[in-house]
Amino acid sequence: MKICITSQGSTLDALAEERFGRAPFFIIADTETGSFEALENQFAGGSGGVGPKAAQLIIAHDVKALVSGMVGGNAHEVLKAAGIQLYVYRTSGTVRDAMDQFNKKTLEKVA
Amino acid sequence: MKIAVASGKGGTGKTMVAANLAFTLSQTCQVTLVDCDVEEPNLHLFFPAPATAKDVTVQVPVIDQKICDRCGKCGEFCQYGALTVLRDRVLFFPELCHSCGGCTLVCPKNAIHEEPKRVGIVTHTKPLPRLDLVSGNLDTGNPFAVPVIRAAKMATAGDCLVILDASPGTSCPVVETLDECDACILVTESTPFGLHDLQLAVDVTARLGIPAGIVINRNDGQDQATFNFCTNRDLDIIMTIPFDRGIAAIQSRGDLLCRVRPEWMKAFTTLYRKCCGLAGVD
Repeated sequence: MKICITSQGSTLDALAEERFGRAPFFIIADTETGSFEALENQFAGGSGGVGPKAAQLIIAHDVKALVSGMVGGNAHEVLKAAGIQLYVYRTSGTVRDAMDQFNKKTLEKVA
Repeated sequence: MKIAVASGKGGTGKTMVAANLAFTLSQTCQVTLVDCDVEEPNLHLFFPAPATAKDVTVQVPVIDQKICDRCGKCGEFCQYGALTVLRDRVLFFPELCHSCGGCTLVCPKNAIHEEPKRVGIVTHTKPLPRLDLVSGNLDTGNPFAVPVIRAAKMATAGDCLVILDASPGTSCPVVETLDECDACILVTESTPFGLHDLQLAVDVTARLGIPAGIVINRNDGQDQATFNFCTNRDLDIIMTIPFDRGIAAIQSRGDLLCRVRPEWMKAFTTLYRKCCGLAGVD
């Protein structure tokens, strides 16, 4: 399954980012193979509407779950409509740690 | 002649200056006063009168989901994130839409048309024989002040003497208010905050090429820093209003300084002449 983890950098050792729309990077990871790709968030510095824009980007990558700290109302609506499940990670660890916790099913699901 | 009253900092006395200037001039000629502080218009409190109102609308896209094939062009085009294209439908966030109309142009299927959406009202009153008051009033919850300000200004097109009361700040609503004005009165007060925000406001008027003059309100006689700033920037202090409990009391009960103390009309007439001087007209 493909998941997206919001990140401050482009590697698995980068710190996970709490914000969704303004996250500097999106790490798109395959939970089965462990392979990943880093997408730089070109909308991070935008004046508004960054949440839906970021959501559109991860929808295009066929992501089934999002791991992030907080997601704004508009982005949440898009993710919900697209059937992307949201998981909360707020322990300021690395992307790798967030992915491990996701795999161990210890992350809280947001309805 | 169009004169804007702005300040940068809120609460310095823009509305007080605009109301008294308009009141004074309306004794001898026809004046239109425009409340461009559409998020919290309050000039009408000084001039109670029966009002007529007109809706202000903006165009927003409506997508025919039957024609739309979810190609994604509209979502890619929209810089504001107002359109998100999913596999089975397009989501529209009206509060993010800037009404640019771009989505209707880029849609290859012509599946998008525009419909009006109300964002506020413009009211019109005639509180005095020679005074018209036009107020923009943004609907609660709407984030875009500019279309309402534009509509209020449009309603005064052709009027020969217009005084526009701007909102505080230095962003889009103020820029929209200042657009095409001949002169700007910048109202400041004897505080470090008044001076700080005056500096920002002066930068805006300079960038827009609008001549500005400074009014120091609630003057406590300790304005060396403001004087220095004005000297350095070659700005004239065109009026000073003292820190005075009596003036504050008149203002607080919704009355006008020039109505209660008509001797002040001379000072506001002089203020108008100085604005004409700034604008380069006699």
